[in-house]
Amino acid sequence: MPRLSVYFIRTALVYLVAGFSIGALILAQKGSAVIPFAWRLLPAHIEIMFFGWTMQLIIGTAFWILPRHARMEKRGREALLFSSYFSLNSGIWLAMLSSFLPNAAWLLLTGRLAEGLGLAAFILNSWVRIRPFAAQ
Amino acid sequence: MPLVTRWFLRTSLIFLILAFLLGMLLAARAPLGLNNGIAALNPVFFHLVFVGFVTQLIFGVVLWLFPKHTKEKPRGSETLAWSSYVLLNTGLILRVVAEPINTNAPAPIWGWLLVASATTQWVAGILFAANTWPRVKER
Repeated sequence: MPRLSVYFIRTALVYLVAGFSIGALILAQKGSAVIPFAWRLLPAHIEIMFFGWTMQLIIGTAFWILPRHARMEKRGREALLFSSYFSLNSGIWLAMLSSFLPNAAWLLLTGRLAEGLGLAAFILNSWVRIRPFAAQ
Repeated sequence: MPLVTRWFLRTSLIFLILAFLLGMLLAARAPLGLNNGIAALNPVFFHLVFVGFVTQLIFGVVLWLFPKHTKEKPRGSETLAWSSYVLLNTGLILRVVAEPINTNAPAPIWGWLLVASATTQWVAGILFAANTWPRVKER
């Protein structure tokens, strides 16, 4: 597995544990009502589980496993995927932060924009790798 | 494909079917004038899709396809893999049963079942991550 996939997938595993921990707090609050602050974590829970865990694991695995190019950078432009990693994760944190601050609509929008750029970089790099093996 | 992966994948497909049927029921509530208590199944629907289907499918495929841990233990600890399977599904089923009942007719027993559900799913996630971490490596 390439180094970049290791970054993506290990980060996804960290988010999995974080997302499950927050989810457990929210569910336990539903049952016991002893963790009232848990509901404030719901937007972060959704953000983490969707973008941090699922999306990030998919990107890391796709970068590793899609058909490779025959030339130098076999998995496409690594710099593009590095920027995808930083952009996606910055976006996740900005979006999470916005859910704790008042009047933070612009922060949320910035976060979404960063996530979008991260996903766009991934799509751009993956597009040309989606082809039959015989075409290599 | 290892046995634990087959269990993860087939269970995920069963949850997909259940989620779809539940989604249909939720969509039918307003037009057919069904009991409003059905709305309490909304979070159950989302978690059947996201935990029961998506996450469980990922767990199964990861256990199967990721780089081997060692020659002796290619898929890491079988005990951890099976424990995460049992705990994840026990937790999810507890949630499916207890959450709508607790919303419509709260009682301590349902509340504590939700706490148990939260704990078992949380432990399942940690066990899976711990078992997978050493297999995510550069070659």
